[in-house]
Amino acid sequence: MAELLEVIELTRYFDIGRNQHVHAVEKVSLNIAEQEIVGLVGESGSGKSTFGKTIVGLHAKTSGTVKYRGESLPQKYVPADFQRLAAKMQMILQDPYSSLNPRMTVGEIIGEGLRLHTDKKAGEIKDCVADWLVKVGLQANHMSRYPHEFSGGQRQRIGIARALILQPEFVVCDEPISALDVSVQAQVINLLRELKDTMGLTLLFIAHDLSMVRYVSDRMAVMYLGSLVEIGKADEVYFDPRHPYTEILIGSNPEPDPQLERNRPSTAIQGEIPSPVNVPEGCRFASRCPQVMEVCRQTTPELIALKDVDRKVACHLYS
Amino acid sequence: MTQLATETVLDPQTSPPLLEVENLAVEFDTYGGTVQAVRGVNFTVEQGKTLAIVGESGCGKSVTVQSMMGLIPMPPGRITSGSARLRGIEVLGRNAIAGKEIRGAEIGMIFQDPMTSLNPTMTIGDQIAEPLQGHRGYSYRRAFNAAIELLDLSKIPEAARRARQYPFEFSGGMLQRAMIAMAIACKPSILIADEPTTALDVTIQAQILDLLRDLQTETGMAIILITHDLGVVARMANEVAVMYAGKIVEHGSVDDIFYRSAHPYTLGLRAAMPTNDPSLKHELTPIEGSPPDLFAPPPGCGYCPRCPHAMQVCDSRDADDYYLEARHFSRCWLHHDAASLKPDELYFRNSD
Repeated sequence: MAELLEVIELTRYFDIGRNQHVHAVEKVSLNIAEQEIVGLVGESGSGKSTFGKTIVGLHAKTSGTVKYRGESLPQKYVPADFQRLAAKMQMILQDPYSSLNPRMTVGEIIGEGLRLHTDKKAGEIKDCVADWLVKVGLQANHMSRYPHEFSGGQRQRIGIARALILQPEFVVCDEPISALDVSVQAQVINLLRELKDTMGLTLLFIAHDLSMVRYVSDRMAVMYLGSLVEIGKADEVYFDPRHPYTEILIGSNPEPDPQLERNRPSTAIQGEIPSPVNVPEGCRFASRCPQVMEVCRQTTPELIALKDVDRKVACHLYS
Repeated sequence: MTQLATETVLDPQTSPPLLEVENLAVEFDTYGGTVQAVRGVNFTVEQGKTLAIVGESGCGKSVTVQSMMGLIPMPPGRITSGSARLRGIEVLGRNAIAGKEIRGAEIGMIFQDPMTSLNPTMTIGDQIAEPLQGHRGYSYRRAFNAAIELLDLSKIPEAARRARQYPFEFSGGMLQRAMIAMAIACKPSILIADEPTTALDVTIQAQILDLLRDLQTETGMAIILITHDLGVVARMANEVAVMYAGKIVEHGSVDDIFYRSAHPYTLGLRAAMPTNDPSLKHELTPIEGSPPDLFAPPPGCGYCPRCPHAMQVCDSRDADDYYLEARHFSRCWLHHDAASLKPDELYFRNSD
């Protein structure tokens, strides 16, 4: 499979004044092949969303490169870049309540991309919007309604239709299901998978529901405090995690199986994710790691490939 | 001590359960009409045990517990029928039983969003001290010192310093610990946890769930856990009540619900979730459609329009509770003798 997207040492800092910076994403490198689904997991504050938004140009890059089909994307997007790239790269936003303009009808929201990026006439746009409403499981006559008339699950579908109507090649899904009920989550996941098959989409799937990420993704990447700590095949990472953080993350995830839960030792990790403002030297997980060594507090581990499995891990235990 | 001794001799069959809710129904008047949010709910909670109430948004799970706490605004809310008895004494419509206030003292509650449930203008310690001053008549100094102990019990490091801080200085997980400290301040016999970990990360969720379990072992309180996460249910619950459209559709022990699920809605919920069996990557089967409009609840089973096994009778008449075992019932016509399809034949079923 050809690489669709190459992210090389992508870094994004946020300036918070007094010469201090939030190190939201620090030197993350990640390749995504065509028609692949890469799941990105981590605690809140680990930089998942910032990473996704920086890739599609919603944040400027502090340093690092994003290559799309071999072409380096600009460091900071100008309107012309959005105009050119929005048809190829899109994003489904996390919150279906705040990401739809309450003063636009659903037809205007979904059709806006076509209006700005194609020379389709109003009638054609309307037909296209009607098609997409049906494709995402709504009705064509919903076009004239406003977002407040829809439930959370329906709004998330509107967000999906808006992102996909331009037929992009690459879509960042930022927690597309976390605001939804279980029964509706499955509807949205099945819809995304179906559209992936029919349209040949490539997805970066950001979520904190580990079981769902394992289910959806081909590969799973784990972030901690702005850096990538482990990446590999989704099933393998889930059932055989190698990085101590991944192990704890997956151990904390409650499984819908009471017998398994009863027999499982508590793996709750002490403490919380530290502030990304003054990031300590060495491994970022050192302060919470149960297997911390002296070297962890001094040198930052590189992401290295393991020999026995197809996996990359950033941990001194493996170097 | 003598009281404890008499309690232990009581036959568990005849002594009333800690909490017994019978035929509870709650309505709300709105501009659009009357919403029948809870439509006849029965359950019991035993001392030291955890009951999980599961269901999707709008199924009435929060309203059920809020009505016991007297947290339903009336009007527009109205408890139309039913009773809730704590150790045999009716609590609905009353503020106190045997001189002890129900809300805060007998039943403690923690909420989903600790960020908005705490007062931003009061220090954490003062907020925890408040119920002790109110319910127990402690002096401020005594209550504040008790608050520090409670924070310590909730495993907040440097409790004495943290007690003087404001909510904005706490992280989400720490705020939830502070809420737990506040809820258990007056040693309630029941703690209601309404989606206590939904806003938290899995690692912090694991910490909070561990804390709740430890506190339960120490104090012997019962927990009513409201959640939609079946993983959390599997980790925490002894008994599970599955709610749909204002009614409990299936109730049983946690093993009954997970390994011997009988109601099509419970089966549907399980089929909609990814299993964590490496050998099995079954297709997710979503439950199509949406819950019924509770302005005009259907005369029959609320799940009928979405149920893949609906029969003619389901549309017009609601089923009874069919007891499959002593403490496991399912409210579905499929258990009737005349039904040709048996729940055993539905979807997948794990053997245990």
